[in-house]
Amino acid sequence: MTTDSFAAGGAAAMARSKVDAATGPSGPKPKRISAGRIGIYAFLIIVAAFFCLPLYVMLVTSFKTMPEVREAHLFDLPHNFTIEPWIKAWTSACTGRDCTGLAPGFLNSVKIAVPSVIISIIVASLNGYALTFWRYKGAEFMFNLLVFGAFVPYQVLVYPIIIGLRELNLFATLPGIITVHTIFGMPILTLLYRNYYASIPVEIFKAARIDGAGFWQTYFRVMVPLSIPITTVAMILQVTGIWNDFLFGLVFAGRENIPMTLQLNNIVKTTFGTVEYNVNMAATILTALVPLTIYFVSGKWFVRGIAAGAVKG
Amino acid sequence: MQSSVSVKDLSLNFGSVNVLQNLTLDVGQGEFLVLLGPSGCGKSTLLNCIAGLLDISAGQIFISGKNVTWEEPKDRGIGMVFQSYALYPQMTVENNLSFGLKVARMPAEEIQRRVARASEILQIQPLLKRKPMELSGGQRQRVAIGRALVRDVDVFLFDEPLSNLDAKLRSDLRIEIKRLHQRLKNTMIYVTHDQIEAMTLADRIAIMKNGVIQQLDTPHTVYNHPVNLFVAGFIGSPTMNFLKGQINATGKASFAMENLTVPLTGYKFETGMGDKVEGILGLRPEHIAVGEDAKKMPFSIESEIEIVEPMGSDTVAWTKIAGQSVTFRCSSDIPLAPGQKVTIGFDPARGSVFDAASGLRA
Repeated sequence: MTTDSFAAGGAAAMARSKVDAATGPSGPKPKRISAGRIGIYAFLIIVAAFFCLPLYVMLVTSFKTMPEVREAHLFDLPHNFTIEPWIKAWTSACTGRDCTGLAPGFLNSVKIAVPSVIISIIVASLNGYALTFWRYKGAEFMFNLLVFGAFVPYQVLVYPIIIGLRELNLFATLPGIITVHTIFGMPILTLLYRNYYASIPVEIFKAARIDGAGFWQTYFRVMVPLSIPITTVAMILQVTGIWNDFLFGLVFAGRENIPMTLQLNNIVKTTFGTVEYNVNMAATILTALVPLTIYFVSGKWFVRGIAAGAVKG
Repeated sequence: MQSSVSVKDLSLNFGSVNVLQNLTLDVGQGEFLVLLGPSGCGKSTLLNCIAGLLDISAGQIFISGKNVTWEEPKDRGIGMVFQSYALYPQMTVENNLSFGLKVARMPAEEIQRRVARASEILQIQPLLKRKPMELSGGQRQRVAIGRALVRDVDVFLFDEPLSNLDAKLRSDLRIEIKRLHQRLKNTMIYVTHDQIEAMTLADRIAIMKNGVIQQLDTPHTVYNHPVNLFVAGFIGSPTMNFLKGQINATGKASFAMENLTVPLTGYKFETGMGDKVEGILGLRPEHIAVGEDAKKMPFSIESEIEIVEPMGSDTVAWTKIAGQSVTFRCSSDIPLAPGQKVTIGFDPARGSVFDAASGLRA
């Protein structure tokens, strides 16, 4: 909103709430624009621009031809609009000697992310359910242990896990990387689900027990249908986290399964002569597209679920 | 009376905290028993133990003659209604009612029949396709009762079912529960902290404090013959007047306060009492008469009105007897004003005398 419209709004409010000498102020209190307010908005606009500008540059560059990129007019719109860099990034950009583009990486990322997200969500919601409603001996201890896990830096555990997976013959395989993602998603997801279930009245669980539903029936028929909001949150967190992962992909995925982020890194780092900035930009945007889409599609759910899961419990 | 629910020497400890200790309780077939007490007295805990939702530390529970101490809740032959309704939010009313039956793999026609019967009794047929979100509080609680009803069980357990409702709905549903009990004649155990609910619904009331049943008797007896100071003070609104003094039980029994001795003519002592025992005389506000009625009472005295609270149907007034504050209740037609001198009187035989040291009825 511009300052002009603020002033207009203020004037309208003034008109509605006349100060009558006899009765004193009446109606809504007139809103005035102070210098401080203008300052705050100016600051916010500048900060927003600061973060948007690189994205803008990426976008325009990705639609430019190489000669145009070399002119180095960073902020100009493309003169000869082309989608050639996007096609190249997807199908034929080179990493080392393989010129396959990002497509195989995209497929690998899907192959890693989909099972990891599904498995980790199933296990974490079961964890949260059992920890909340079936308070077995040592449940509190298990939960604290899991929460503690959320604070351990990943890098510390990389080497022990390499050895562990090697012993299980899972190192550098698809099941291996899926296992790693599932395990590392566990603390935060369990916390999320446990807090969500703690906000469900325990009477619902008791009613299900009186109705004769056991552990699994209560879980599948009562709790799972109630978990849609928090599952949406968990999905967003996991898809974003696993898609954007670089470290685990690098270490555990193996040559066959390198995810899109790794592929992108390799493309950007591989150069023959000139750096193809337009292709790099297109490749980067392509890689970021999945988490971005998820965020824009489900942003409302995301906020709602975080609030639902985090406020209580 | 054949007993329907029977609790023997039940104890429950959470760690080192004894919530219930050696509790014994017999509920007759078709009886409406109310567990009444302040919050934290263990009444809901006891109900959860009977339902099988809490594992007990010691003792036995029998329902319909069967030892169910180790049984799962579903096998105990009980239905339960919770304060927060506890309806499954994602299911329609119909599915809420039939969930337990489906879990038990009952034939579809039988489920149909039972749901139809329950919804007819509770008049919730028009709501069957709705979800709990779309129902009012009273309707939700009716569905919750229906969920207990379809189970076709001998014993109904109610855990403060009306506490979440507003005052008007509460009295409406209270009547409905009473009607339901008269129609079904099931055993019902009902937990509440609301003494009006307890008095109006119960065949017998069990008043609990700190995990111990203080008195278990009919509403009339509990009200008129409280066994101790706690029961006397807990039941009744406005609360019973407590006058401090000394009991003289030998010969012509009397209750002595500063400058005033009240003869306890006609009062039946439950225990042998001596003289000059520190005691408390309990008088119900409505047992104190005023004006002409007071003069007919065995004991009457001049007194000055301090505060008047007109309630509409009746009037509660504050005065003093022997320097101790006393409230009495009288018809709202009697004109009363602060500062006014009136005669008040009562029949000591209708009062309750307690030993001050033990708090027990004397």
